[in-house]
Amino acid sequence: MQAFTRLDGLVVPMDRANVDTDAIIPKQFLKSIKRTGFGPHLFDEWRYLDRGEPGMDNSQRSPNPEFCLNLPRYQGASILLARENFGCGSSREHAVWALDEYGIRCVIAPSFADIFFTNCFKSGLLPLQLPAETVDSLFREITTRPGYRLTVDLLAQSVLTPKGAVFGFQIDPFRKECLINGWDDIELTLRHAEDIRAYEARRRQQAPWLFQ
Amino acid sequence: MADKTLYDKLWAAHVVRTDPDGTALLYIDRHLVHEVTSPQAFEGLQLAERQPWRPESMVAMPDHNTPTDPGFTTIDDPISRLQVETLDHNARAHELSYFPIGDIRRGIVHVVGPEQGATLPGMTVVCGDSHTSTHGAFGALAFGIGTSEVEHVMATQCLIQKKSKAMLVRVDGQIRPGVTAKDIVLAIIGQIGTAGGTGYAIEFGGDAIRALSMEGRMTVCNMAIEAGARAGMVAVDEVTLAYVKDRPFAPQGKEWEQALQSWRDLHSDLHAQFDRVVTLDAAQIQPQVTWGTSPEMVVAVSDRIPDPAQETDPTKRAGIERALDYMGLRPNMPITEIQLDRVFIGSCTNGRIDDLRAAAAVIKGRKVAPSLKQALVVPGSGLVKQQAEAEGLDRIFTDAGFEWREPGCSMCLAMNADRLLPGEHCAATSNRNFEGRQGQGGRTHLVSPAMAAAAALAGHFVDVRTF
Repeated sequence: MQAFTRLDGLVVPMDRANVDTDAIIPKQFLKSIKRTGFGPHLFDEWRYLDRGEPGMDNSQRSPNPEFCLNLPRYQGASILLARENFGCGSSREHAVWALDEYGIRCVIAPSFADIFFTNCFKSGLLPLQLPAETVDSLFREITTRPGYRLTVDLLAQSVLTPKGAVFGFQIDPFRKECLINGWDDIELTLRHAEDIRAYEARRRQQAPWLFQ
Repeated sequence: MADKTLYDKLWAAHVVRTDPDGTALLYIDRHLVHEVTSPQAFEGLQLAERQPWRPESMVAMPDHNTPTDPGFTTIDDPISRLQVETLDHNARAHELSYFPIGDIRRGIVHVVGPEQGATLPGMTVVCGDSHTSTHGAFGALAFGIGTSEVEHVMATQCLIQKKSKAMLVRVDGQIRPGVTAKDIVLAIIGQIGTAGGTGYAIEFGGDAIRALSMEGRMTVCNMAIEAGARAGMVAVDEVTLAYVKDRPFAPQGKEWEQALQSWRDLHSDLHAQFDRVVTLDAAQIQPQVTWGTSPEMVVAVSDRIPDPAQETDPTKRAGIERALDYMGLRPNMPITEIQLDRVFIGSCTNGRIDDLRAAAAVIKGRKVAPSLKQALVVPGSGLVKQQAEAEGLDRIFTDAGFEWREPGCSMCLAMNADRLLPGEHCAATSNRNFEGRQGQGGRTHLVSPAMAAAAALAGHFVDVRTF
C-alpha cells in the first residue's frame, strides 16, 4: 500500500452532503475484474452529460461544464472537500480506487460512512474529518481564492490553510501508523497466526458446528 | 457480572486478540462471496501466493450481474460474463460451496445464506456487500466489507476492527394492518437519518420487532446500513430457531441440541447499557414512500412532499432542492399524485417468499395499470421462485400483467439489463433511491411489497390500507 505522510494539494469543493458510492463510481464500471481503470469514470454520471459505459473513449463524450471536477480552476486537485456522510451506500472499494486513480489522496468532510472510511485506509487515502463549521469556512475560502491549496500533515495531524490557519484533526493511532508506513494489513495479521489457530482450537470445542 | 448487550456477547465470542488501544482481531465464521467484489481479492491472494485460510467458511454465488430473463442460459454482456466466469473459476479452484447459474439454490447472496442455513445465530458473517447486515436478523454479527477486507478474511479468517458503539432501536406496540417490516425500517431511517447509525451496531427490539417473521426481521436488518450502521441485529427467539432448524447447513442431531443451548443466550441482558436508545411507537407508523434521493427522504403515503422553504439548515435545504429537481417533483405535492412508469418487486430487502405473498395478496384478480411500462417480480432465489410457483403466486402476478423473472439483484442496482430509463419513476421494494441507482436518470421510490403491488394496479401511489 502507498504510504501517506504529508500532502500539499489543490482542493476541489463538492458542496453536497450524502455523496454515495453509486455516484462516486456507477455500477456499470463494477463489472471489471481489475483494480484499475476506474479513475476516468470517477463521478461519471455527474461528470458527463451522456451515459458512460466501460471501455468508452471519454474524449469523445460531452463533459458537464458545471461539475466541479470539470472546472479549469480545479484541474490537478488532490484534495476533495465535501459535506456530511461522504461515501455512504454500497461497500464497493472501487469508489476508493476511482478517487485514488484520479489523483485524490485526501477527502475532507465533517463525517464519513463507515465502510467507505475503512476502505480508504486500504489504499492509502486519508479520510480526514473536520468539524462542520471548519469545513464550512474552507468552502467559503475556496470560492474567494483561485488556486486554493491545503497542506495536510498526517504526522502532526494538522491542516494548514493559505492564510496560515492551522486545524488539528483526530485519527485512530493504529490507522495512522499503517498509513504512514504503508503497511499491508494481511502481513500484520499473519504475524498472529498462532493466536488465530489457538482461537480456532478453543472455539471448535465450544461450537463444533461452526467448523463444518 | 455486568449485563451485556447482544453485540457485546457476539463481539466477545469472536475476539482473537486485542491491542492495548482497543484494536482487535475479530474471527469470521462465515464469508459470503459474489462475483462483483471478489475477483480482485482472489487475484491479490494469488499474487501474494497465499491460500484461503478456511475455504469451507466460504459460500459463493453470482447474483449482481446475472440476467433475469426467463430460462436464460448465457450472459450476453461480455464484461459481465467474464466476471461471472471468474467467480466460477475461483470457486472451483478453491473448492468452495458454490451455487452457479443453473443451480436452483442460486440467488441473491443475502437471501440464499439464511435459506441454506449458512447463516446461523451467534456467527460473524461478512460479505463484500453492504447489505450483509441482513444476516444480523439471526442474532449474528454481520456486516459489509470492501474488497481489501474480503482478501483479508480469505487470507487470515479475521478482520482488524475496533468495537462500535451500541444502539438500541426499540419499536414498541403493534403495527397496524397494511404496515410491514419495510415501513418500520423506513420510518426508523426517517427518524434517525441516513447517518444516524454511523459508528454504531444497531439492535432492533421491542414488541413490533419480536412479532415479525424472520423474513420481516431480515428486511429491517438489511436496511441498517441505510441508517449508517454497518451491522443491525435482532435477538434470537423461538421464531429464529424454528426458521434455522433442518436447513442444509444447520447443525443436526446432538450438535443441534448443543447449538440451541448456546443460542438461547443471544439476546441483550435485562439491564444492558446502550450508548444510544431510540424508540418508536409502532401504532403511529404508516405505509412509507421515499420521495427523494436518500432513504431518509421518506414520508407516509398520506403526506405531501416537503417544501425546502420550510428547512432552516442551508445544506439540508440545498439537498431537498437538488433531490426535488432530480426527481421532477414539486414541493407540497401529495405522494399519491406521483405517477409511475415501472414497478420492481424483489431484492435482498424484499425478495423473499413472505414479500411475494404480501404483494400477490394485493394483486390477486386485478390488473396492472395500462399506463405502466413494466411491472417486474424478481424472486430472491431459485428456491423462493420454486416455492412461489408451488403456491401459484407466479400465475397471480403474470395474470395481472407482471413479468415473472429468474432470481438475482436485478433492478435494485441495475448492473444487468433490468434498468430505468432517464426520468422514469419506479416504485421499488429495494433499498436505495440514490441518483442513478436503478439506471442513469431513473427516479426510485422505496416502498413495501404491498405498497408496490397497489401502486402497480393504480399507476400511482395509493394507500394500500384503503385500496
